[in-house]
Amino acid sequence: MTPHDALSGVPAEPGVPKPDPVLVVDGVCKDFGGVRAVDVEHLEVQRGVITALIGPNGAGKSSLFNVLTGFARADAGHWTFDGRGAAGLPAHRLALRGMVRTFQLTRVLPRLTVLENMTIAATGQRGERFLPAFLRPAWRRQERDIERRADELLERFRLADTRDDYAGYLSGGQRKLLEVARALMVDPALVLLDEPMAGVNPALRQNLLAHIARCAIPATRCCSSSTTWTW
Amino acid sequence: MDVIAILADATRSALGPVAALYALAAIGLNIHFGYTGLLNFGQVAFMLVGAYGVAVPVAVYGGPLWLGVLVGLALAVVLALLLGVPTLRLRADYLAIATIAAGEVLRIVFNAGFAQPVTGGVFGLSQFAGPFYAANPVPPGAYGLGPLVFGNRDVWVMIVGWGAVALATVGVFLLVRSPWGRVLRGVREDEDAVRSIGKNVFGYKMQSLVLGGVLGGAGGILLAVDAQAVTPNTFNPVVTFYLYTLVILGGAGTVLGPVLGSVVFWFLLSFADSALRQAIGAGYIPPQVIDPADVGALRFALVGLGLMLLLVFRPAGILGNRAEMRLGAGGSGVRRRRLPRATRKPVEGASR
Repeated sequence: MTPHDALSGVPAEPGVPKPDPVLVVDGVCKDFGGVRAVDVEHLEVQRGVITALIGPNGAGKSSLFNVLTGFARADAGHWTFDGRGAAGLPAHRLALRGMVRTFQLTRVLPRLTVLENMTIAATGQRGERFLPAFLRPAWRRQERDIERRADELLERFRLADTRDDYAGYLSGGQRKLLEVARALMVDPALVLLDEPMAGVNPALRQNLLAHIARCAIPATRCCSSSTTWTW
Repeated sequence: MDVIAILADATRSALGPVAALYALAAIGLNIHFGYTGLLNFGQVAFMLVGAYGVAVPVAVYGGPLWLGVLVGLALAVVLALLLGVPTLRLRADYLAIATIAAGEVLRIVFNAGFAQPVTGGVFGLSQFAGPFYAANPVPPGAYGLGPLVFGNRDVWVMIVGWGAVALATVGVFLLVRSPWGRVLRGVREDEDAVRSIGKNVFGYKMQSLVLGGVLGGAGGILLAVDAQAVTPNTFNPVVTFYLYTLVILGGAGTVLGPVLGSVVFWFLLSFADSALRQAIGAGYIPPQVIDPADVGALRFALVGLGLMLLLVFRPAGILGNRAEMRLGAGGSGVRRRRLPRATRKPVEGASR
């Protein structure tokens, strides 16, 4: 069943129930002073498809992303991710459960190499605990596997040539690609791309879009993208 | 003017116990500032609790010296937790404010009259490191080359001090090349990005603060033992800024930077001091121009000039990486670390 078929019987209306939702949002509100930035009654995101969240500037798309991923606190409402409650959890916990977001203003780690930007994102690294970190043999093999996975992704995103450069020397478009590739290193079930096309030139947009489509379908991953850009 | 004597003075202070203890505290600060991006402006507070942690249990309560050392290190951990828990979830500047204030508050409280029964007030505490010197395995006598001479007491402190520096340096070397260190550097670059890929940023910042704080405490312990005395006014805020000088001079975010920074700093300081005194003594500088009493202050001006020159020509510090320096945090560089090879395939998406 292709992702397209999965939604074939679903009526096209806001808040409609989906057959296999990965993210279910209920009554989420976020206020900034007197302004209600986010007010979502019900929202379901289907697993394995690309879902776009669209709206004009100031509609609250990024604020909703921030709330759902734990970067901002919701004033009301709850939401479940992969069937388990996700409201009020810190951002890093949600990421470890498989909900990874990228940022509107691209956030690479400039003084780390491109490869390090990738390998840092792998989860469950033994060498990330303080005491095992001293003992290289305790994490060397895992590190090699992580590097192999990172190299594969860099190859796919055509960043392999920049592998050993500092990420700060990448162009804007390459940074966007790196951020998406880094999110995939976490092995996510859902990637929330905040304005993935912002500041990307039209030629690269098609390229980036192809990458997003490619990683959404084979891995039954769902990329939800927030954008005002229409295609 | 005796150039040999000047150089001997400078080398003695570059290799002496004080340079070692400053190097130790600077290694700690480098973990905070150079690797994690934490703005700790109160490293001297960690030195203070380390020093008094040794002095008070031994001099006031008559405990053994090893217990004092443990108390000193434990107090550094406690101080790191007290400073970190409320501030590390906030923006970087809050830690800076809290640490600089904590340093001053501790110094003033330890100075205060009501604390005198425990801390000795302004007079401080002394003669608590006897067992350390009693255990000195170096036979009495003078050691060195020509005019560069250390007593056996200094040699013993230097062995322990530089031994601790070597141990800390190896530890930092192992840590920063590990995935743990990679997360720290990631936090330095962009906390939110690191959080978004599933790292507990608060936990890592806390580990960094504790580890660097313990090294600061160890520096304080060494200071107390070396001087056989502690007074609160030794721990002025300016000590923290010396430590920053050492870290930046040697190269922030490099393994050996703080150690080299400490050696160079103490060499320059002592060189300026000794050279000025010799020049005045030999009549090259008339006492009406520079009074011998002003040398202590003037040497810092000369060292400041030297540091400025060094940073003009090596802005990333002696060991720092210029390519990395040019990037800065969140900045965008234009140069690549390695030049693109002619044989390289054109990078798709590199157009901007």
